[in-house]
Amino acid sequence: MASDKTDLINLENAGVRRDNRWLVRGIDLRIHKGEIVTIIGPNGAGKSTTAKLAVGTIRANEGRVQRQAGLRVGYVPQKLHIDPALPMRVERLLDLTAKVSPDEKKQALAAVGAPHLETAFVQDLSGGEFQRILLARAMVRRPNLLVLDEPVQGVDFASEAMLYNLIRQIRDTTGCGVLMISHDLHIVMADTDTVLCLNGHICCSGSPDSVVSNPKYLRLFGAPDTTALAVYRHDHDHIHLPDGTVQHVDGSISDSCHPDKHEHNHDGHDHV
Amino acid sequence: MGMIMFDDFFIRALFAGIGLAVIVGPLGCLIIWRKMAFFGDTLAHAALLGIALAILADVSSLIAVPFVTLAICIAIMVAKRTPSLSSDTILAILAHSTLALGLVLVSVTGGRNVDVNGLLFGDILAVDITDLLVIYAGGGAILAIIVWQWRRLVAATLSPDIAEAEGLSPQRTEWLFMVLIALVVSIAVKLVGVLLITALMIIPAAAARRVVTSPEMMAVLASILGVIGVIAGLYGSAEFDTPSGPSIIVAGALLLLGLTFVPRRLSAANDSPAPHNHHDEAGHDPK
Repeated sequence: MASDKTDLINLENAGVRRDNRWLVRGIDLRIHKGEIVTIIGPNGAGKSTTAKLAVGTIRANEGRVQRQAGLRVGYVPQKLHIDPALPMRVERLLDLTAKVSPDEKKQALAAVGAPHLETAFVQDLSGGEFQRILLARAMVRRPNLLVLDEPVQGVDFASEAMLYNLIRQIRDTTGCGVLMISHDLHIVMADTDTVLCLNGHICCSGSPDSVVSNPKYLRLFGAPDTTALAVYRHDHDHIHLPDGTVQHVDGSISDSCHPDKHEHNHDGHDHV
Repeated sequence: MGMIMFDDFFIRALFAGIGLAVIVGPLGCLIIWRKMAFFGDTLAHAALLGIALAILADVSSLIAVPFVTLAICIAIMVAKRTPSLSSDTILAILAHSTLALGLVLVSVTGGRNVDVNGLLFGDILAVDITDLLVIYAGGGAILAIIVWQWRRLVAATLSPDIAEAEGLSPQRTEWLFMVLIALVVSIAVKLVGVLLITALMIIPAAAARRVVTSPEMMAVLASILGVIGVIAGLYGSAEFDTPSGPSIIVAGALLLLGLTFVPRRLSAANDSPAPHNHHDEAGHDPK
């Protein structure tokens, strides 16, 4: 596997061992500029370990790990509890790891559809709002690599679709690479370029279509669930802003959910 | 307050207390945010062992106390890796065994010459020029480090995961934080005593919480409230002939009590949007 200049991350046969046990082993992972890579796998499969290996917060016990020089990571954590004793407004949260100008903050908040939340306290945000703010915080750093740990966990469907669209938009406009950890293959697949299915080792990897039809994937996850989850996967492609207006996926704002009179897009059912 | 005599010792105490209050303001905030009050308490208790060792070995407590508190820091970090005991239990064990050992050693070596009361509750009126020098030089250095590392300290507090992924090494920051607490405790033990140090650190910070909107504001206000508490407490102790250390803490607690009656988030009430606006439409069908 020859690395080239656009490689942000290049792991070759990397493994991490703790207490004489391999947490992950034999990991090959390349992320190049503008690529979306999703790591899936059951609990304890080593998804987070692999992500940490990639960003360099833990070292490999075997194999090779290469990172682009000057790689700047923007990280969106899985869950974040902020103690109520810590007074923290959204605009201060955007400054968390590096100084950012007020203009850049405004741009980032506008990009995630949350310009009205600048002075809100983070403890007052709903789950969906908080996730968008965390995304704004990561992107305001202008990262080359955006790392997201289960970004849509505990977020309702409307916000979930919105978040995925935002992530794609960020990728499209900044050209950053995206490394996403997810347990939910069906929804992530729409935008992802490469899926890495982990279970301590790489169970299978490749394009979304090739992974989902791989027998190893089917053994790990079972056949894709086309019942409950898929049925509810119609496109709630908008969010309700606090002033009563509605923001759509493309960023436009209108007064009702469906300005084009009930053109409810039911084509979006991806029965994968 | 015409009856107050501005004796040298009183002025020294005032300066010592003010200096200490300024230093502990931001640290007290970090302790509250990190829920580490018990950690501070443990180091304070261990400081007594440091004083006992200083007497025993006939060395300056300026050396012995930081030595012991830093050793306890390391002991806590090592013990935390032992999964069989919770950190709560570990802290309690270390706090009280070091306190007990300190008291035993003090009674063995110093006999009746040692003022145990002063060790437990401090004797800020006995502050001398050397102490003042330590507070302002050492404390100034500590404060400079806090300011310099502030963004990392807040980031590591809010989310070690983010800090780590974005290259801020929160583990190192946590070590730094613990060392700073150990050093401040070492400085403070003579002024307010083993039992009141934690209160000195967290009461002004807690009092500040209600009326601030950012971590920086809270840190600064905690220092200011701490200074007010020191001044009020010292004048009060002179006025009513009460022990100085406890008087400072009582003044701080009264400030805290007074501020709890300030309407909640006074400065924030007008620009914070209503919490939880309608994001739960997943269940309802807009048709």
